[in-house]
Amino acid sequence: MELINQHTKRIMEGCKERARAAGLSFTDESLEYVVTNRDLLELSPKVMIPTLYDYWVHDVEVLREKGKYELYPHNPYETVINTRPPISFYNDNNPDWLNVMIFYHVLAHIDFFQNNLYFRHTWDYDFTGQALSDKRVIAKLRAEKGRWVDYVIEFARGIDNLVDFHGDLADLFVPPETECSSRLDYYFDVFLQAEKKVSVSDYIKEVSRYNECLKAFGEQGEKTFFAEAELHYPELEAHFARSGAAQPAKRRDLLRYLLDNSEFLARDENIWMRAILEIVRSTSLFFQPQIRTKIMNEGWASYWHERLFLQDDRIKGHEVDFARVHAGVTSLPRVGMNPYALGMRLFSHIEEQADKGRHSFAFQRIQDADRRTQFDTGTAAGRDFIFTVRENLCDYLFLKDYLDQDFMERHKLFVAGKRLDRQRQVWQYYVKSRKAGDYRQMMLGSLYHPPVISVDPAKGIEGSLYLTHAFEGKQLVREYVANTLLGIEYLWGSPVYLETSEAEVAAAASSAAGQEEPPEAEISWQRVLYSMNGKVLSKKKV
Amino acid sequence: MRDDLLTYLEELKARGLSPEREARLRAELATAEEEHGLPPAAAQPQGEFARFGRSIYAAGDLLVLRQAVAPQLSSAGLSKSLDELLERDRQREQDGFPRKIQVGKLVKPGRGRSGKVVVVPATVEEKLFHDPTVRPPGEGGASGGTGEGEEGEVIGEQPVREEGGEPGSGPGQGEGENHELESSAYDLGKSLAEKFQLPNLKDKGKKRSFTRYTYDLTDKNRGFGQVLDKKATLRKIVETNIALGNLPDVAAIDPTRFLIAPHDKIYRVLSQEKDYEPQAMLFFLRDYSGSMAGKVTDLIVSQHVLIYSWLLYQYGGQAETRFILHDTEAKEVPDFYTYYNSRVAGGTQVYSAYQLVNEIVARESLAKDYNIYVFQGTDGDDWDEGGEKALPELGKILTYANRVGVTIAEHGQGESGGTQVERYLKGSGLLKDKPELLRMDIMAEDADEPRLIEGIKKLIS
Repeated sequence: MELINQHTKRIMEGCKERARAAGLSFTDESLEYVVTNRDLLELSPKVMIPTLYDYWVHDVEVLREKGKYELYPHNPYETVINTRPPISFYNDNNPDWLNVMIFYHVLAHIDFFQNNLYFRHTWDYDFTGQALSDKRVIAKLRAEKGRWVDYVIEFARGIDNLVDFHGDLADLFVPPETECSSRLDYYFDVFLQAEKKVSVSDYIKEVSRYNECLKAFGEQGEKTFFAEAELHYPELEAHFARSGAAQPAKRRDLLRYLLDNSEFLARDENIWMRAILEIVRSTSLFFQPQIRTKIMNEGWASYWHERLFLQDDRIKGHEVDFARVHAGVTSLPRVGMNPYALGMRLFSHIEEQADKGRHSFAFQRIQDADRRTQFDTGTAAGRDFIFTVRENLCDYLFLKDYLDQDFMERHKLFVAGKRLDRQRQVWQYYVKSRKAGDYRQMMLGSLYHPPVISVDPAKGIEGSLYLTHAFEGKQLVREYVANTLLGIEYLWGSPVYLETSEAEVAAAASSAAGQEEPPEAEISWQRVLYSMNGKVLSKKKV
Repeated sequence: MRDDLLTYLEELKARGLSPEREARLRAELATAEEEHGLPPAAAQPQGEFARFGRSIYAAGDLLVLRQAVAPQLSSAGLSKSLDELLERDRQREQDGFPRKIQVGKLVKPGRGRSGKVVVVPATVEEKLFHDPTVRPPGEGGASGGTGEGEEGEVIGEQPVREEGGEPGSGPGQGEGENHELESSAYDLGKSLAEKFQLPNLKDKGKKRSFTRYTYDLTDKNRGFGQVLDKKATLRKIVETNIALGNLPDVAAIDPTRFLIAPHDKIYRVLSQEKDYEPQAMLFFLRDYSGSMAGKVTDLIVSQHVLIYSWLLYQYGGQAETRFILHDTEAKEVPDFYTYYNSRVAGGTQVYSAYQLVNEIVARESLAKDYNIYVFQGTDGDDWDEGGEKALPELGKILTYANRVGVTIAEHGQGESGGTQVERYLKGSGLLKDKPELLRMDIMAEDADEPRLIEGIKKLIS
């Protein structure tokens, strides 16, 4: 790995000036490296972070057929990494005009990393530096503890998708003054509603009484309020203590929960394991926003490389070359999904709609097709609007909010289906639907979405850990349950239970070749409870 | 031929045949007309449909923008780490955790006798995540698309690979992009021997190979050479002195009186030596009758690949293979590809395969020069109910073979222990009389890879 030469760096600096002038914003410094295929081999298992910790699985072929992108959603061949300064990787024999295009693409990515709020927690430190120190910690531990370090890494990585990214993110954005005490939360959210089941009018009375207390007594308002409340409900304090709401645990963040609550990890001889769990957790959290903004990020970068390249005066004469490469990257495939193409077109569409003032109730309530096409308020606020979109949304909201029927028709999009014609022995590809709703459903269904598994302290009896998988119409991969629970049991130090739902397919299709088409048989869902006790897995129906 | 079989079936019926067995035989007979041809290569989606269902996360800047290809690991880099990985895996087991390295992930060898098997030592990082293959009905198999076409309109077609229990569709799934790592069958055998602690062969049998040479000081030369052979020289001197009459009393020899001629000095000189290596001839027999459809064929063939790889390692590459397929008649096929992929059809006469082995061995007088191994795979079904024809032929094989291993992959149907081959082999007493020569392994249709390897231990150890 070596830095790009001065000539190419100068081109990059020129690109930065032009990108800034167009409204993108990013830090001044950036590092560009030339990588060879050999470098790539070493970098790709480490998700392009040169300083990531060593782990033996990085040196082995990892089987990835099933649920490839559920397990490993971050693509190993990313060009830009979100560090301080940002690092990007290049071929050493690209012509200058191609570098210009790639530089604009890269700059748009950097702009996205540094301005999209889902990346907020990555802004305050340099991940490569952090990773380097983590790597040293692990190397030092390995020298002391040997292979047990790798076991702990393995078990921690087994649950590294169960981190509460959104929860952590929410903490960053809640202003401190809006926070209430946990006692207040408990009183209004649980005690009055679930336990006392008070009527709505009584509830509202309590709310206004609280507000009056605040007004009258200021700082002492809450104290006064509860002093009176206890006269009504003497049992309140006892209930509050029992509910455990006093210390809100991170129940959806299994790694965090283990770090905070595992007695096994708290033992003196095991305390070193916590460092590894922290490292694995922070690494996972670092990549979370990148996974959740794939379409937006690539769309944003493609949108800008097209726009900025065509305005760049330095590359006159290479328009045709550019057109060929650009089309290869951003053409919509006849069948299949292309995040570059979809994201870029959707950004353009949003900009155009905003230019005409169509993101408004006035437009949305128009039913008449002619009037819809003619609707134009001339606000010309499209550019600002897409910058807001870039700042505030992730893929899910981006698609959900803006992928509408107008967009579908404009780009002739449809949901493609595939079915088996048994008579003629062919797979048929057909137009399944042209409705925006169906297309959105299909796209949203294909987005990265780890299972929501939360800890239920009430059910974890005698020191065991009870996990509940919130059912969302999909089951967990069964063959992986055993080893994952084994790892959790090791880290927790006591038996582990997992409550989840499993499909029972009524009549499986017997044909072997029909596998790609999911069996159309009825699926019934059964709630089951796995238990891992002393490395033995058992399962029973709930 | 069909008529012959029908008459034979009638004969069988006259001798008493349970109705369900008759139905099974008739079903096989019905397929007798079909060809045993090779299935066409599985059609991978190509062209504009290749991207169907591909995840949006599959696209990355480096590959898309630079139009580069994903770099591939070479087998050289792999072999270095393989030993280390296996050692790590053994250690895992000792520490009380399940093993994680999978070796022997097989991919169909291509046409020709290259003897290459692709093996990927691989691992899985297990996590709790949603299974994309189980979906509520009607929600699966969709992707994006763009362009013309009414709702419901078919926009393209792609031929399916051959359907329904084809042998070609089973083993070696997932060929293509994920298997960059090529390693020869020899490596697979090595890792099998190491990972699964398969026994190393002790008796390597006769030494007949003349292919290798080593160099040693073995030839003798009178008068000059590299090293004086003292014993031989002394012997020669004594001989000469006796002839000269210089040694009158054998009881009182005085070496100082010896006359020593230069010609009597015997030296050793460096010379080329033939190195004798054991070599093996492996016969693989497979039933490809109509009843073999589906999983059983996968099992048999996968196990045969493993056995082949392992013996290839044991014999240091000096193992030759012959592949024999049989239904009611046996034929030899030239390569593993054909052996692996030929379509199932027709009735079953196990003896025909045994007979062919005997013929080949006799014709080429292989028994003299080779360690002969015969591995047979079947679902246990044989029209020759009592093994009247099969047993004598098998007996003949046992006179020269080092080992005959019979694998029976039972169908789910029927009671266990009820297949004809199993019954007549047990009935014959051969298994008990010659346990060092004849082994049998019976597995269920749903056996997995560890079970296959367990079976190999049974067949070979």
